[in-house]
Order: sequence, then structure tokens, then C-alpha cells
Amino acid sequence: MGDSTVTRSQQQLAVSQQTQQHQQGPYVSVITNRTSNLVIRGAMLFSVGVFLALVLNLLQVQRNVTLFPPDVISSIFSSAWWVPPCCGTASAMIGLLYPCIDGHLGEPHKFKREWSSVMRCVAVFVGINHASAKVDFANNIQLSLTLAALSIGLWWTFDRSRSGFGLGVGIALLATLATQLLVYNGVFKYTSPDFLYIRSWLPCIFFAGVITMGNIGRQLALYEYKFIQEKTHQD
Amino acid sequence: MTLREQLREKISAAFYRHGLLCASYPVPIILFTSASILTCCYPLLRLPLPGTGPVEFTTGVRDYSVPSHEPHGDLGERPDWYRGPPVAYIQQVLVKAAVSPWDSSLVPVDVFRSPLGRVFSLLEEIRNHVHSDSSGSRSLESLCLQVTGLFPGLRRMQSVLPEHGCLLVSPGNYWQNQRELFDSDPDLLKTIQKHEPKGLHTSATLRDLLFGVPGKYTGVSHYNRKRVVTYTITVVLSSYDARFLGSLRARLKQLHPSANCSLRDDHMVHVHFKEEIGIAELIPLVTTYIILFAYIYFSTRKIDMVKSKWGLALAAVVTVLSSLLMSVGLCTLFGLTPTLNGGEIFPYLVVVIGLENVLVLTKSVVSTPVDLEVKLRIAQGLSNESWSIMKNMATELCIILIGYFTLVPAIQEFCLFAVVGLVSDFFLQMFFFTTVLSIDIRRMELADLNRRLPAEAGLPPPKPGPLRPREVPPPPRPSPHTITLQTPAFRNLRLPKRLRVVYFLARTRLAQRIIMAGTVIWIGILVYTDPAGIRTYLAAQVSEQSPLGDSGGAGLPPHLAVAPVFRGGDPTSTLSIHAAPDPTPLPENQSQGHHGSGRSGPLPQAPPAVPQITWGAEDEEGWRRLSFRHWPSLFSYYNITLAKRYISILPVIPVTVHLSPQEAIETRHPQDTRHPPLPVPKVSADLQTDLTLYKVAALGLAAGVLLVLLLFCLYRVLCPRNYGQNGVAHGRRRRGDLPCDDYGYSPPISEISPLLLRGHSMDIECLASDGMLLASCCLAGQIRVWDRLSSSSGCWEQRDGWDGMSSATDLSEDEAYPVRRRTALPWPTLFTDQPDLTPLIDTNFTCQPPSHLSTPPRGGFDFGGLVERAYMEHEPPSPSAYPAPSSASSSSVWAMELRGNLIAAGRSSGKLELWDAVEGSLRCRNEDGVSGITALAFLNNRIVAARLNGSLDFFTVEIKKPLGLLQYRGPPGRGSMPPSPCYSSEDVISLQLTRSIQCAHQKPITVLRAAAGRVVTGSQDHTVRVYRLEDSCCLFTLQGHSGGITAIYIDQTMVLASGGQDGAICLWDVLTGSRVSHVYGHRGDVTSLVCTNSCVISSGLDDLICIWDRSTGIKLYSIQQEVGCGASLGVISESLLVTGGQGCVSFWDLNFGDLLQTVYLGQSSDGQGVRQLLVLDNAAIVCDFGSELSLVYVPSVLEKLD
Repeated sequence: MGDSTVTRSQQQLAVSQQTQQHQQGPYVSVITNRTSNLVIRGAMLFSVGVFLALVLNLLQVQRNVTLFPPDVISSIFSSAWWVPPCCGTASAMIGLLYPCIDGHLGEPHKFKREWSSVMRCVAVFVGINHASAKVDFANNIQLSLTLAALSIGLWWTFDRSRSGFGLGVGIALLATLATQLLVYNGVFKYTSPDFLYIRSWLPCIFFAGVITMGNIGRQLALYEYKFIQEKTHQD
Repeated sequence: MTLREQLREKISAAFYRHGLLCASYPVPIILFTSASILTCCYPLLRLPLPGTGPVEFTTGVRDYSVPSHEPHGDLGERPDWYRGPPVAYIQQVLVKAAVSPWDSSLVPVDVFRSPLGRVFSLLEEIRNHVHSDSSGSRSLESLCLQVTGLFPGLRRMQSVLPEHGCLLVSPGNYWQNQRELFDSDPDLLKTIQKHEPKGLHTSATLRDLLFGVPGKYTGVSHYNRKRVVTYTITVVLSSYDARFLGSLRARLKQLHPSANCSLRDDHMVHVHFKEEIGIAELIPLVTTYIILFAYIYFSTRKIDMVKSKWGLALAAVVTVLSSLLMSVGLCTLFGLTPTLNGGEIFPYLVVVIGLENVLVLTKSVVSTPVDLEVKLRIAQGLSNESWSIMKNMATELCIILIGYFTLVPAIQEFCLFAVVGLVSDFFLQMFFFTTVLSIDIRRMELADLNRRLPAEAGLPPPKPGPLRPREVPPPPRPSPHTITLQTPAFRNLRLPKRLRVVYFLARTRLAQRIIMAGTVIWIGILVYTDPAGIRTYLAAQVSEQSPLGDSGGAGLPPHLAVAPVFRGGDPTSTLSIHAAPDPTPLPENQSQGHHGSGRSGPLPQAPPAVPQITWGAEDEEGWRRLSFRHWPSLFSYYNITLAKRYISILPVIPVTVHLSPQEAIETRHPQDTRHPPLPVPKVSADLQTDLTLYKVAALGLAAGVLLVLLLFCLYRVLCPRNYGQNGVAHGRRRRGDLPCDDYGYSPPISEISPLLLRGHSMDIECLASDGMLLASCCLAGQIRVWDRLSSSSGCWEQRDGWDGMSSATDLSEDEAYPVRRRTALPWPTLFTDQPDLTPLIDTNFTCQPPSHLSTPPRGGFDFGGLVERAYMEHEPPSPSAYPAPSSASSSSVWAMELRGNLIAAGRSSGKLELWDAVEGSLRCRNEDGVSGITALAFLNNRIVAARLNGSLDFFTVEIKKPLGLLQYRGPPGRGSMPPSPCYSSEDVISLQLTRSIQCAHQKPITVLRAAAGRVVTGSQDHTVRVYRLEDSCCLFTLQGHSGGITAIYIDQTMVLASGGQDGAICLWDVLTGSRVSHVYGHRGDVTSLVCTNSCVISSGLDDLICIWDRSTGIKLYSIQQEVGCGASLGVISESLLVTGGQGCVSFWDLNFGDLLQTVYLGQSSDGQGVRQLLVLDNAAIVCDFGSELSLVYVPSVLEKLD
């Protein structure tokens, strides 16, 4: 006969769960509402994007890769004010887009849908950024190639879906174009541009970021999906 | 392909042997592993401890030359950073000034006003010093570090720090180096204080920068007991000129001789600064660590079904960490010194190495059958996962090798570490973790055994040999059933999703704990290593304490009076002999003008002055008492970084200045006297030192208490409260124990009670029901029919029993019966509704003893009183009564169906029999087939029989009513199709083979289902076929599985689902024959499939129940069941799932994957799994339970759901 060990927390959860079942709190109804769920997910993705943008920008600014007007450097928000919101919005869009596209294509993403895998993905993404900022490469081509290989490796390790790859490439291209325009108009600049006005590794970073945010978005959408499911069950 | 298979087999076999080895000798292997870890980590001892503090290197002044850039061969002890010129040379002029003799007419301000005032003349002296020799004349201007401008962000520093020209800092900078400003400053202290930053500050402050000594040593305050003011003039030189510096030194010494100065001046110290970690750099680092912790948390959360989850998680983390240490140690051993910042790459290394393998191993081992020996379980689990582990490792190594060929040194180094780390991690997994796992699992079995013993204490002691439940002989049953509900032990992995969000915070407590512990350690390290932190504070306390303590201990008067004594008794005075001759040889090239002017000034006071001023060894390198961020911050103000560079600090030039009281009074500002004279504390210095001592002691005590409290809190937070009784709280709850949760809340005893229907002598093989009647068939070939007297009471009566077996079996049964009859009391017949009891049935009733009669009156058993169970054993019919099947002696019933009152039984001999369920008479028989009937479907008046040889036979039941007889239980007929046609006993029933499809499948048909006018067959030939029931025409052959079909589901809505041995589940459209979705869900056969309106539920040999969305085919969630659970599934309502387990049935809420209740069927059912489970229409389920049938009526569960 089998045996199983249940942790204390699970037991507690079991009890609280029973009580929870009987009283459907307002929170649950908020969660199960489709639009509010979308909003919540968007907000979470936005905050993740803002946080990552701040942290990763700090890395770049420390190494004098990116130059912003000097007055803002002293603050902890080491980039211009508009960068984190932009990144946040972009990540929210990406994170919502991925599960949406999955749903439309009808091929749900099943590969490694666990939070630990997502965490690993985020860690690798931060590592790629770290490498781009801190590791001294011989030349820019080497750096870009390495980062490109790393990004593809990230996709292969954590995503492996064609839609993810396509979306990643597309968004990376768009974002690169946007950055080129921004730099062209003199909003900010790079210290040693080697790809028109920007650094050539930027598309790789964008790609890796899209994959990461998509991963997070899909994981979050898993909850929503289950809620919807539940709701239909209850109805 | 074959090579791959061979390789796979070999790897698997090797892992199996390895697992056996590990589980057999756990202790020696753990010892061996620990020894190898320690050995590999040994080289780490030689590495310097990581820290951000500066590194020093001392050289002599005399033979100093600027080191070249190229490393020399004879470096010796030279550090490798000592190359090239330093950023700057620091020359400090340490001034100690005092007003002496102290006059009682002086006010406290006088202590520092006039001594500070002397800084301006000294500055003048230093600036104007010119040294000229044969190579030309040099002034300070040509040697000093020229600065060009302050860092843009430092607007407030502009007034104090020199903005251009020589970098020369002194307290005079407060007054822009202008004597007039100083003289007109009414409050010097306020000016100094003005520039201090508000709030807490840990690094160098402006005051430290300008004074060059820590604030409390300057003596610039109203409460200066020693009345000696100390400050430095710091000159930063860009190039080193020994002669100029020598002449400056001689000049200053000459002007202000320090009588008892014994400072050594023959060493210069080079200080190398490492890369600074600012708060800005810390943020990404902290982020990566947080991500790392989250990763570890989410990974270890998945460990389940083990004795000590925490222990295993710890072992997993230890495995990864020590593999990292081993990799660093090994790399160091082979001469590769780590140059990377360890703290930065560490999280990435952990992420690369990962915890996955460990978790996979655990899961695999845990999912092996529990009844195996521990050794075998480990070995089997290891070999199951061997291939994937090897594959993963090869992939990772490949990726890392690719990284190695990027030829970027940093990445190469990272890859090297990662490779060694991966290999050592693999080693540790194989030896360390596997062994720990085996120990854990053994502990689990032992704990299991221990807990079982007390429960059986009342019984005769069990035999020591058989530990396994299967071998225990069934003990007498005191009561037919036991009820337990809500065993959380069954609750596994899947929790309801909304609760996952709602209780997200509750769950992340673990993450909080880890992060908290990490933060505490981090803060501790920071506090300890911070220059202004506890270490320097303690050092300062100690250094301050020692002279005072000595003097106090000797009972000497306070410091002022001690001063003369020091002069003679000072041990450093012996050195003064060596120091004294230094100033005498006057540099010959010194400019005469300076010489003369300097000599005239201070000479008169110097010799007679009371030497309050002492020079000790601590003054020699006074800069050591400064924060080590002193110099970096000074340079950073001019946008010069010292990171990874070094500065050379030249020996300090001591300057002693004595001032007369008259001079002090002259330099007074008019407002100075307004300050009230300092109320000299009458507290003696003794008491003062005592107080300091007490202060330190109290501080230390408080810190100790705080530390203990902190550790205690940490312990409480990290360890579960019920540490000692872990096993009791978490272990498997024995059946019969009153369940009681952590809060002491004991739920009311369930009103669900199983009703045991006994009568079979062997295990039940087939079950069939049409709602009213229930037919069961056991291995012995006996078919029993059970009827429900009234559906509300839930009382069932064995309606009929008969035996279609040969006489041999009958005899054996006959022998068995008398025993029971004798022990049992005759039971007065209570039959109230027995219209169909025919005279054929022998009325020799045997009933249960009264004690068994009714279920024990447990609380909440609401219909227990209504239940009356009556057993009516029916004598085996005499052979004359029924025509005994001639060739039935070796055939058993393989398939059975029940419709109306007809039972269709398919036998292994290929015979199909129709029995009257009410009367127990054989109505008709077909002996056409020779191959055994593996599956039967009975729909309307058609019977479909699938045979072992793959053929499919369609029969039609034809009823010929005798004329003149009326149907009293419903009109049967071919045209009208009632759900349960009833046939009266008078009808003549015949079976007609309408069609026989000989080669329906190439291989035996394993499963046959009929619904909605379709018959679906699944076979071992990997195909599913759909037939129309009406004309038995094959509509589709569905191909898509890569293994034999094991389960099929079809219902009235034409939904067809099939599961195969490949673990795949296919959903088909029966109308078009197209495959709707195809999912892989199980690691082994799919054993059972059920659909509801919205989802598909499957169970597999891997003890997993998966719930899939029916329309999209997405897996919603899965429930990990206990190992060895039965594979039977049933859906009671749209959201209630019932599964059979080992001697129990469990009810699940489909919406949430929640276990609602577990109902145990009997007491000694350890080995008996529920294999068949039938859901009846009125919320009752019937399942087999060894040789008994169990009826579980679940109104309460339904109510709860409604």
C-alpha cells in the first residue's frame, strides 16, 4: 500500500480550502472575471517589465554603455523616466500576446510549464544581460554572435514553439527599429554604436526578453485558463 | 536506432546496479562522498577570502623606484597588481598642536582655535617650498596632482574642496584657505558641522577628508580632555621626487621639531583597491540572487511523497552547492585561479547546473511500486531515469563546450567551471543524493511499520516475518466497514487554482524565509566588512581602551598628569635615538630664504613647552584609522577611480606645534568667550574609563542577546513547530484513526458508509448493472444478482445466486457452506418484497449473525437504522433443474452484461449465455464461437461479442411471447426500445447470430463499447473501429495510436475517446471519423477513460489521473494517486469523480482537483484494490472488493456539490 507524506502547509491549505469553497470571496470573483483577470495579468507583467528594465539598465549604465543626460544618473532610477514604463508596457503586451496567439493557433504550449522553469528562464535572461554588460569581448561581432547563440539557446531550452520564435524575432526587429529611430532623433545614445546607431547585440537582447516575457505571460495565463474552466464547470 | 537502444539498455543496467550498490551500503558511500567533497574543497583554503577591502604592500622608501609595467621574473612576494606607477602618491603632514601651558583663563574654544589657525602658515610653507638642485628647481606645483574640476554632482562640495590646481586638502579648506575668513568665523565648530551629511553615513565624510584623521581623534570639540588638536595636511602628488620630499620633510621638521617623535619614515605603503561594489552594483546582484532563491523554491516544492521533504530539499541544495565548491576547488588545484567575481557568477552556475536531475530522480524512485524492497526501488527508479539524465547531461555539456569555443576569456572560464561543476554534480547526485534518498525511503518504511504496530496492539502480535500487508492473513472483521474521510494524505500535487492565487502569499512563506535568512547573512557580512562597520569600531574601541585601561589599572592619575611620565617611560623613546639624527643633516640645496624665516618663528616656544604632545606608533600610519573608502572617495570627487589601481602612501611628516596661551588669546574671536566655560566634569578619568568599559560591556551584552534572539527567531521560522512529531502529523493516517487536523478540529464522522454485499467465494471478476439489478460474477464462475428493495433505503438484497459451474465446483462450494451455516443463526425472513422468488429456490436461508446485521450506530449514520440486510443464500441448483453446461468445466465468465432482467455472459470457452436475472434460469445459449469472449455489449436487443481471435459477433435477442400472456413489467419488443426491456419468464428467448465479422481486428479485441447506436472496438493491433449497431457495418477504422488500445469511452453524445498502451489519448469525431485531438498524458498504459461534458478524465498505470479539456485537449491538471492504486474511474455527476484505490474509494471534486472524501471499504483490505467500479444512477457506486461487493451511497457528497 502506498504511502504519501503531506506537508503541513498542504494540510493547512486543505482546511482553508474547505472554508474557501463555501464562501466565494469577492477576490475569487474578480479573478474569475475575464477582463479583470486580463488587467491583473497585465499589471503583473507590467511591474515585472519595469523592474527588469530598472535593474538591467543599471547594469548598462554602470558600464557606460548607454548614456543618458547626466542629471538623472545620480538617482537610483538611472535611466530616463520613460524607459521603465515603455519596457513595462512592452512586456505586458508581449506577455498577453503569447497566450493569446497560442490560443488562436490552437497549439497550446505544453513545454515545461512550471514556475521553476520560468524562474530559470528569467535567470538566464538576466545572465545574458549581465554578460553583455560586464564581460569584455574581443570585438563586437564576437559579442553579438555569442549573445545570439545564447538567445537561441534560451528559446530552445525554455520555449521550443514556432510561434514563440516567430513572435520573438518579429518583436525584436520592431524594437530594434524603434531604438534606431530613437537614437537617430537624439533621445539617447550609445557609447560605441556599431550597428548604425545602436549596438549590434541589441536585437539578441530583445529576442531573449520577448521569450522570457512570453514565458511568464503563458505561465500566468495558465491560471486564468483554469479559472475560466472552473467557471464553466460551476455553471 | 539499434545502437541507441543498446546504449540505452546498457546505461539503464549500469544505473540499476549502481542504485543497488548505493542502497545497500549507504553509510560507507556517504562517508566516501563527504571525504571526496572535503578533498576537492581543500585547495580552497589557500584562496584569499573574498572581500572588497584594499590590499597593502610595503616597500622601502630608499630604494624605491616606480615599478615597471612588465612583470618581472623575480617578483617574489610582489603582488601582481604592483605594476606601473600608482594613481598618486599621498604625502600627509600630521600636525599635533596644543596650547601649553594650559591656563585656567582659557576658554574651551581656545583648545582648537589657535592650533587650527596654524594650518594656514603651514600650508603657506608647503606651497612655497622650492627645492632646487643641479637638475633644476622644483616646487609643489610641478609635482602635485593637478585636478581639473569637481565631479558634476557635487555642488555642495565646491566651496570646500579645491576645484583646480594642486590637490591639497587640509582643515583650512573649510575657510577657503584664507586666514581672514578663519579669523572672522564666529563659530568654527558650526562651520565644520555644516558640511556634514545628515543622517547615517558609513563611508568617508568631508570632515575626515579634510582633517585626515578620524573625527574623534582631531580633538576639535569643546570637550577635549587632552587639549591636543590633531589634523593632517594631505598632499597628493602625481610623481615621486625623493629629493623634493626629503627637503620638505627636513624643512618642516626643522621648523616644528617633534621632540619625542619616533615615527619611522622608511616605508611606503602601496594600497591596492579592488573593484568597488556600490549599491547600484548590488541591485542586479541581489536580483539574481532573488531569482535564484525563487528557482530553488519552486524546484524543491515539487519534492513530494517522501519522509522528510525538507531533508531532501536540503540534500538537493547541498548537492548543488558542494558540486560548485568542488569545481572551484578542482580548478584551483590544477592551477586555474578564479578571476571571476565569485558572487556574481554563482547564481548563474547554480541555474546552469540546476536541481532538475535531483527532482527527477526523486520522482522516479518514489513512483516505483512501494511493495518492492528499498534497494530494488532505488535501483529501478534510477534505471528508469537513466536515459533522460544522461541525455540531459550530454546536451548541457555540448552547450557548454560551444560556449567554450567563443574564445572569450570570461566565458571560457565560466564554461570551465560549469563543466567541472556539472561533472561533480553528476557524481554527487549518483552517490550522495541517491544514498540520502535511499535512507529517506527506508526511514519512511520503518516509520510506517512503527505506526502500524500500535494499531494492532490489541490483536495477537503479528508474525515478525511478513511486513508487507499483502502477506498478513486477514484478521477477523469486527465490523464490516470503517469510515474515514478527508485524508489529506491523498491530496497531492494539484491544488485548486484559484486558491493557489488566493493563498499565494501563504505559500511564498518559504521564499520569504529563505530570502530573510539570506538577507540577514548578507547584512551581517556587510556590517562586518564595512569600513565604518563593527569591525573597525571594535578595533577602535580596543585600541582606545588599551592605554587607558593600562593607566587605570596602574592606578595612575589622569592623562594630563601622566604626560611627563610618558616621556621617560615611553617604550618608544628608545627609538627616538634612531629618529633624532634624521633632521640634523640639512639638505644643502634648501633655499636660504625659507630657512631663515622659518627658523625665527616657532623656535622660542618649542623647547620649554610642556610636552603634552606625544607621538605613538599609532600615529605612524594614521591613515589606517580612516575608512578604507577614504581615498577612493577623495579621488572620486575628481572623477578618478581607484578601482583595480593602487596609490602609494608616503611616510607621514610629523609636525608638533606648541602655542602659548597669549597666542591663543590673541587669536580669539570676540564671540568665543560667550561660550560658557566648560563645566569640567569632576568625574575622574578612572570613572570615565570605567564608563567606557561598561558601555562596551553593555553593548556587547545587548548585541549578544540580540543575536540569540535573532537566531531563535530564525530557528522558529525555519523549523516547523512540530519538529519532533513530524511523522505523526504528516504520515499516512491509519484507517480507523479518528482524523484530526492540525487545529484540533475533528470533522464529523462521515455519513458515507459502504455496504458490503457478500456471497462470492472468490474475487469478483465482472460487474454489470442496469440500475435496478446488479450482477456480479466471480472467478469461480458464480454469478450473483442483487436487487434493491427500495431505492430510498439503500437496502440491497441478494436476490438470487446460482451457479453455472460444473459439479466439481458445486461440491467444493457445498463443503464451504455448511461451516457458515452452522455458525450463523437462522434469520427470520424479513423479505417484504419478493414477488419473483420462485419455488425453485431453496429456502434454506443463511444470514449474517446479528452482530453483523446492521451497521454500527455511528453518529451521523442517518439511514443506518433503515438498512436491513438480509442474505439469502441459495442452494446451488440441482443439475436436473438446469441443464448444466456440458463443457463449462474449464470456462469462466470473461464478460457480462445486464439489461432488463437478462444477463449476457461471455465465457472463455466462447459460449454466450443468456440468463434470467430474476429467476436464475438459463434462457438461451449460443455455442457457435470457439474463441473466448473478451468483451460484450448489450444494447437494446442486440448483443455484440468480441472474441479473443479478433472477430466480432452481432447477436439479436428475439423474444417470442406466448399468446395470451400479458407483460406486466413493461412492453418489450424490437420496435420499441425501452431502456431496460423486461422479459417475462414465460417468453421464449432466442439468440440469433446476425452477423459475424471474422477479422474485425488482427489481434485480440481488448475493449468494446456501445452507445448511441455505435459499437466501438479497440484492439491490440493499435486500431479502433466503429460499427453501426443496426447493420453491423464497419464505419471507420481509426488509426492514431502507437500501442494497443486499452480504454475507450463513448457516450450518447457521440464523443469517442480512446487510450492506448503508448499513454496517448485520442479524441475522435464519430460522425466523420477524424481525430480531434491527440495528447500524451501517461507514462504507461492508459487504464481507464471517462468523459464529462467538459473534460476527459484518464487514469494510467503511472497512478496519475489526468483531467483534460474536452474541446481543446489541454491538460487541466493531474492528480498523483498513491502507488498501486486501482485504475478504475467513475463520474457520478458533472463535477464528482470517484476513483478506486487500495481498499478504498475516493471522491474528487473535478473543478478543483480536490479530494472530497475517501471511504474505506473494509479493515483488512490492504492488498485488495478496487478494480471495477460502477456508477449507478442514483448516486451510488458499486465496486468490487476482493470477494465482496461494496455499495457506497453518496447523497451527502452530492448535496455538498449542489
